[in-house]
Amino acid sequence: MPLTRREFLRLCLQGTAGLSLANIFLPHLAQALGNEERPPVIWIEATTCTGDILSAINAVDHDLRHLLSSVIDLRYQQLLMGGEGSVAREVLEQAMDGRLGRFLLIVEGTIPLRAGGGFNVIARRPSGHGITPLEAVRELGQRASHVLAAGVCASFGGPFAANPNPTQSVPLHQVLDRRVINVPGCPVHPDWLWGTLTHCLLYGTPDLDSFSRPTLFFGQTVHDLCTRRQFFDNGIFASELGQPTCMYKLGCKGPVTFADCPRRQWNGHLSWPVEANTPCIGCTSPEFPDRMTPFYARLPGLELPGVRVSTATLTKLVAGATAAGIGLHLAGKVLTGRLGQTYRKERTPTEIQEIVRVKKILRALPPGCGTRIESRRQEDPRSVTLRHLRKVKARGRGQESRTPRKLEERPPEQGDRPARGERKV
Amino acid sequence: MANRKVVVGPMTRVNGMWEIHVTLDGQNRVVEARSASPFWRGMELILQSRDPRDAPYLTERICGICSSAHGYAASLALEEAAGVEPPPNGILVRNVLLGADFLQNHIRHFYFLHMPAFVAGPEQPPFAPRFTTDLRIPRRVSETIYQGYFRAIDESRRAHELAALFSGKVPHGHGVVAGGATVHPDSEKILRALGMVSKLRSFIDEHYLPDVERIAEYYPDYFSIGGGTEGFFSFGAFPQAPHKKKTAIPGGVMLEGRREELDLSAIEEHVRFSYYDQESRQHPAKGTTEVALEKPGAYTFVKAPRYKGRALETGPIARMWFAGRYREEPSTLSRTVARALEARLIVDLIEEWLLAMDPSSPVFEPFEVPEEGRGVGILGAMRGALGHWVEISSRRIARYQIITPSAWNCSPSDDTGRPSPVEAALLGVQVQNPEEPVELGRIVRSFDPCLSCATHVIKGGRRLTSFQII
Repeated sequence: MPLTRREFLRLCLQGTAGLSLANIFLPHLAQALGNEERPPVIWIEATTCTGDILSAINAVDHDLRHLLSSVIDLRYQQLLMGGEGSVAREVLEQAMDGRLGRFLLIVEGTIPLRAGGGFNVIARRPSGHGITPLEAVRELGQRASHVLAAGVCASFGGPFAANPNPTQSVPLHQVLDRRVINVPGCPVHPDWLWGTLTHCLLYGTPDLDSFSRPTLFFGQTVHDLCTRRQFFDNGIFASELGQPTCMYKLGCKGPVTFADCPRRQWNGHLSWPVEANTPCIGCTSPEFPDRMTPFYARLPGLELPGVRVSTATLTKLVAGATAAGIGLHLAGKVLTGRLGQTYRKERTPTEIQEIVRVKKILRALPPGCGTRIESRRQEDPRSVTLRHLRKVKARGRGQESRTPRKLEERPPEQGDRPARGERKV
Repeated sequence: MANRKVVVGPMTRVNGMWEIHVTLDGQNRVVEARSASPFWRGMELILQSRDPRDAPYLTERICGICSSAHGYAASLALEEAAGVEPPPNGILVRNVLLGADFLQNHIRHFYFLHMPAFVAGPEQPPFAPRFTTDLRIPRRVSETIYQGYFRAIDESRRAHELAALFSGKVPHGHGVVAGGATVHPDSEKILRALGMVSKLRSFIDEHYLPDVERIAEYYPDYFSIGGGTEGFFSFGAFPQAPHKKKTAIPGGVMLEGRREELDLSAIEEHVRFSYYDQESRQHPAKGTTEVALEKPGAYTFVKAPRYKGRALETGPIARMWFAGRYREEPSTLSRTVARALEARLIVDLIEEWLLAMDPSSPVFEPFEVPEEGRGVGILGAMRGALGHWVEISSRRIARYQIITPSAWNCSPSDDTGRPSPVEAALLGVQVQNPEEPVELGRIVRSFDPCLSCATHVIKGGRRLTSFQII
């Protein structure tokens, strides 16, 4: 029996060490598809560092061998394919002009637009004409059954589209007039990519958030799932890199970053950036890297105060908390008395003094003063993550447990609708 | 017979986009070769006026296969600018992490990128369709080598896991920062890492080295094809505690068979055949440049770095030459052999470093961004000599310059028409079947080219005056 969609979702969400989702779904997938009917996959490397394919082949149990033999029919992949020169170009052209039929398109890297896309040529025709990523993805995008953007560059622009964007690069969805499923990350986590692909093959397009990311993997913030959340709640912050506590004060972007890294972990479910005693740098966010840098700057200084929405009562107290030079969340914990009972034992005397000071400031605030200050604080209108975060939180309040819609309710060609917020260039 | 032009584009199975253009004479002999990279991103421009501490993580993004090397070189440059010396334990952690990434790179390069040009694989995508000219290895032996290929999937992943143990994640890890490392080696991590290292060692002994030998057995002529380089250039590899200038694998310059001390001020960059509009043959210290896509005669986004006017080769073969462990003439297979031997050496070095780690001493020295400062980070990366030059002013990056190993190896010809190591290696090569010029890919991939690195930007107007400070 193939897995039901509900079972598949549950397996993906678990994603704990030692239980790779592929162990369970691979046999079903092979059964469902039949070994002969592996869907053709075209993987285009646009302007990239090649890190996404190198990460994707780090998959543990659904490793490259299984993927190639049981899941997909990888026709074009610049780094791994046997063909070169004219042979490789021919495979690409077959897909571009429709001779290959339907296939699944995965793109890594951003699409350069400067000089008509001339800042990258992925193949050369005998006439001397260079096929640019722009030309290739536009052709391929029309013929693909699903389009996946692998990694933050293809999803949102990423490092090579960062200010001043020397090649005028844009994410994939801006040059395609159809739905693109964004699977961000720098690089993409193999489970995210292959899990999304499997969902597409077995059950159609997964549930997506407003940035077209599968909520399966990008539905919660790193902060909410963080293995060091207790340190945050207890107000134990690292003061320099390499300390095994909360990285919030060192610029951790976990509170505004949607990804399940803490639960899933990287490289064989072994570690993740905060486990390495460094802050999360927000590499799955649409604003990475420009509005996630400086990487070591604390969030409020960035005018990206995502944390403030995570505890509704705190919004009025921004001013007081910032003045005290201590995290909002901590202030909230102090105020609401939710600070761990053990905090006095774990605290240094200075930290206890600071907590007491915050308590005093908070008590001294006249009613409503925080609200006035709040209204003066200009929120950066470009902060899409913040708006998104609000939306998610609002949705979370309205509807505690959203049950995934059933597969039958989906129109079969849903993939051809452009997602919200996408525009054609 | 008239000359004939042949283009291999895309040159697949390399990092980044690459094309090889050659001209064949009537006897199908290469008389002209061009290494062309049609791919440009502009990373150094992007780094400008950012917080210097962001440089290690951002420069890692230049390349997915050698990310740790860029993070490491950027950290070295920042440490020099700020006068910070990382603690010896931190240097050990960083070297283990970089060494693990070396192993990942060398294994993946041989099995996934280089070997398939010599050995016929399974008759299904992505292994087929492919060039079928000159495949000499019998089916039985091919199958053995492809067993190594599928083991290499696991083992290269294991090498990545070893790096991730000290880096949080790879590619684009977090473990190397200005000031040292961030993960404390504890007994559990050391034990786990030792276990991974021993598995990697047995893979190298049981598959990697024997498979290199198998290919060499059937293609002995490739020990005399693909040479032609003028000398070697290396920054060594793996900085040693406590003096960073000393490296575990020594560096130097080899010109006309003689070893010389490295003089960084003798580097100049030529742009006659590159898409940059600036005066050539100078330290990019003067003048401003913009990319010029329509420049007549230009064919690549890579500049041509030259040392005392010579086009020198860098990479494992150069390092093994200076280490005195392998001193063959450069050729397609001798590069491949040197890389395999280096992998074997690194396994032993990693084990040594792991056992030298001290769980109780620090790995990180607090790093303050200086108001002003200049620094250089030179490092042996997977493919050879990597240099990052940084200039900080008002606590921001004022200038950033990177010269990568693949810029040395895969550059275009210089102003005097002197070909780069890759181009020189192709000259005179006899092509069996011009429709399927399989020889070209075999030769150029032996350099382990990484065009992602080579074409990060090399923006004109970056000053290299900081060259002279060491």
